[in-house]
Amino acid sequence: MTISNLNIKEPVLSIHDLSIAYEEDKYAVKDVSADIKKDSITAIMGPSGCGKSTLLRALNRMHDLYPNIITKGKIELNGVDIAEMSNINLRRKVGMVFQHPNPFPTMSIYDNVIAGYKLNGIRQSKTERDEIVEKSLVDVSLWNEVKDSLQKKGTFLSGGQQQRLCIARALAFQPDVILLDEPTSALDPIATAKIEELLLELKNKYSIVLVTHNMAQAARISNQSMFMYLGELVEYGKTKAMFTNPSDKRTEEYLTGKFG
Amino acid sequence: MNLSLTYKFKDNNDGGYRASKNKVFQGLVIFFALITISPIILIIYTLVVKGIGQINLSFFTEIAPNTFDAMTAVNNGKIIPGGILNGIAGTVFMVLMASIIAIPVGILIGLFLYENPGKFYANIVRDIADILQGVPSIVLGLISYIWIVKNVTMGYSALAGSVALAIMMLPLILRSTEETLKMIPKSLKEAGAALGVPYYKIILRVLIPTGFSGLLTGILLAISRVVGETAPLMLTALGSSVVNFHIDKPTNAVPLLIWEFYNNPNMVNLIWSSSLFLMAFILTLNLISKRIASKRGAF
Amino acid sequence: MNNEKITKGILFIASLIIILISAGMVLSLVRGAIPVFKEFGLGFIVSDEWNPSEGREVYGALPFIAGTLITSVLALIISLPLAFSTSLFIGEYYRNKPISKIIGTMVDLLAGIPSIVYGLWGFYVLRPFIVQLGLSPQGFGIFTSGLILAIMIIPYATSITTEIIQMVPNDLKEAAYSLGATRLEVLFNVIIPSARSGIVASYILAFGRALGETMAVTMLIGNSNNIPGGLFDTGNTMASVIANQFGEADGLKLSALIAIGLLLFVLTGIINGAGKLIIKKFA
Repeated sequence: MTISNLNIKEPVLSIHDLSIAYEEDKYAVKDVSADIKKDSITAIMGPSGCGKSTLLRALNRMHDLYPNIITKGKIELNGVDIAEMSNINLRRKVGMVFQHPNPFPTMSIYDNVIAGYKLNGIRQSKTERDEIVEKSLVDVSLWNEVKDSLQKKGTFLSGGQQQRLCIARALAFQPDVILLDEPTSALDPIATAKIEELLLELKNKYSIVLVTHNMAQAARISNQSMFMYLGELVEYGKTKAMFTNPSDKRTEEYLTGKFG
Repeated sequence: MNLSLTYKFKDNNDGGYRASKNKVFQGLVIFFALITISPIILIIYTLVVKGIGQINLSFFTEIAPNTFDAMTAVNNGKIIPGGILNGIAGTVFMVLMASIIAIPVGILIGLFLYENPGKFYANIVRDIADILQGVPSIVLGLISYIWIVKNVTMGYSALAGSVALAIMMLPLILRSTEETLKMIPKSLKEAGAALGVPYYKIILRVLIPTGFSGLLTGILLAISRVVGETAPLMLTALGSSVVNFHIDKPTNAVPLLIWEFYNNPNMVNLIWSSSLFLMAFILTLNLISKRIASKRGAF
Repeated sequence: MNNEKITKGILFIASLIIILISAGMVLSLVRGAIPVFKEFGLGFIVSDEWNPSEGREVYGALPFIAGTLITSVLALIISLPLAFSTSLFIGEYYRNKPISKIIGTMVDLLAGIPSIVYGLWGFYVLRPFIVQLGLSPQGFGIFTSGLILAIMIIPYATSITTEIIQMVPNDLKEAAYSLGATRLEVLFNVIIPSARSGIVASYILAFGRALGETMAVTMLIGNSNNIPGGLFDTGNTMASVIANQFGEADGLKLSALIAIGLLLFVLTGIINGAGKLIIKKFA
């Protein structure tokens, strides 16, 4: 049973009794239900193997790529069941950023930012494209650093810059939700700080769900936090409250470093 | 990490018996290794020395001489006129057709194997490709004879030759495609999916461009493998004294032409220059594909 | 979702192509071979009579099977010390040194030489040499073709063995050295036993390669349709009889040649299959 004191009106995402198994009877996510608040940062934390990435990847139906995975339950985006949408449309509204920065190596920085449009064959005028590229790069504070090298491939950028490029790529669609799967675990502390700063700015326009194995990060930037353990959503509440006064014993033990 | 262990010789109580055994064996290894590489040196030497004289511009632009002209030239101690244009044209034509058949199919099957790792059916497909790779080229010529010469073109033809070559190229391209794709990090495919890109577009615009140099290397190696083949063509393309690009008529190829020269006492001197050319071509292909492979860099 | 199914469907259909080709090959060979088996029964395989003259046609595959096996075994025996030494050179003694790269490249070059060029060199350079040594009047025969085959299969025998030798873990070797073993002893007591199946597999595959060689053998074996009696006798192999006698083969003769092709296909299939199986189990 999840302990939750949140009451979210008009959640952007609504998860109902979600269970996910990689193998028959081996459930990585067990009966999770939660509402995600709009224009806010929700962190999912927990020890290795607790199911947090599995949960995140269900939100944009990434598991469709791996037909062996069994999914039960329902997820709604702004009230619409995501299983009823085409996953292409879903992914334009719910974007994803991965743990290791992965700009497409054969494309220039410019092309990487609008890759979502290009790969989907959406035709645009040059001005439209230029606008989107500039806006996305400005939003991730990368514009000034790369505006003179847009035609170069992104692989010369530092790890932190590459990750911001990947965020810009996700932002180009102006999605409702951005999912980030441990986005800073491969980056040094300075780059990490820059990304956290960026996320704090972005939350004014985007709903952000962030998986992190670093609870200090969750404490620093998230508004709501979920604590997962062995596939169950143990506790879910306002971050400050949960960190200062956790309701479940397991949450308390995790936060005080007894395991994890 | 592959560290090579440097072995320092130590004296031990055995009075050097084990030690000298050791040294003798090492000497044998070096000796045999050097013998092993001597054929390549000898062969290239022979080709160059005997063949370079015959190579000039007309070598590439004229067709093979008829036997009378060749005989006259030999009798007068002159260089045999003509060149190997009909052979080059035929080789290019048939290899091109074989590639058109084998490359798309090979890449598609490679994609199939990449998409279904570990599945029973995919493993069978892979095993069958391996078996196909080991079939002697003469048997493939036989097959193409039965399928194409007897049933499609009703006679020896370039198409039959191409089919035999295509079957030879297919397993090579298929395997190298799968290996190349396996080396692309999964997160690139997922990044494409996360952007809502339909699967076939991910293949065409992310996977294939990213793996391009690997795919190209596989293709070039497959081509260099078939360019020197004689046996299957003897049963399918037969040979021709003119340059022609009809898929339903016989055509020549460089190795076939070499075989013709070998069998004709008047044209025998041409075998060295043609062989030199063939070898140089194959070597160049190999070098190019090695360059591409090493320039690949990280994904 | 629809176009994903279509894409996966297209890939699946492509995979069927290779299955169809292989099945088709077996079928065509069997169909083509039936006439001659009908005529001579399974005795075709063990008969050594070969007479294509009209009206008195008799065909038997034994000389060619014998020729193929004898030349290939001879090639394996000759190439073994050479290939093995080269593998040891590149994979152990001079591993990662520049000289290994050079030797390795030259061995790769051997693999790139077309069969017909080997045949030419064998005919014009090797054969006279053998004649000079007084081993054979004309230089044709089992020995010469076995020798050229040996050179041709060296790269195949070397490459896999080298890889396998390099894969033996360092700590095993270090344990042996730390007990005071010489390099030779480490080689024979640790490295080779560890790599044994891989080494065997690579020679099996090289053998399989030798079985199917056509051009170089055709030019050097003498093309006589008899079972060779001695090392310097002439003979014929399955691959070269097909290449030589195909000319205007028709009817029963064509069927005989196809049957020989079928036998060759089965033989190489079994040998290669065995080699690959061993590698799979090992690696």
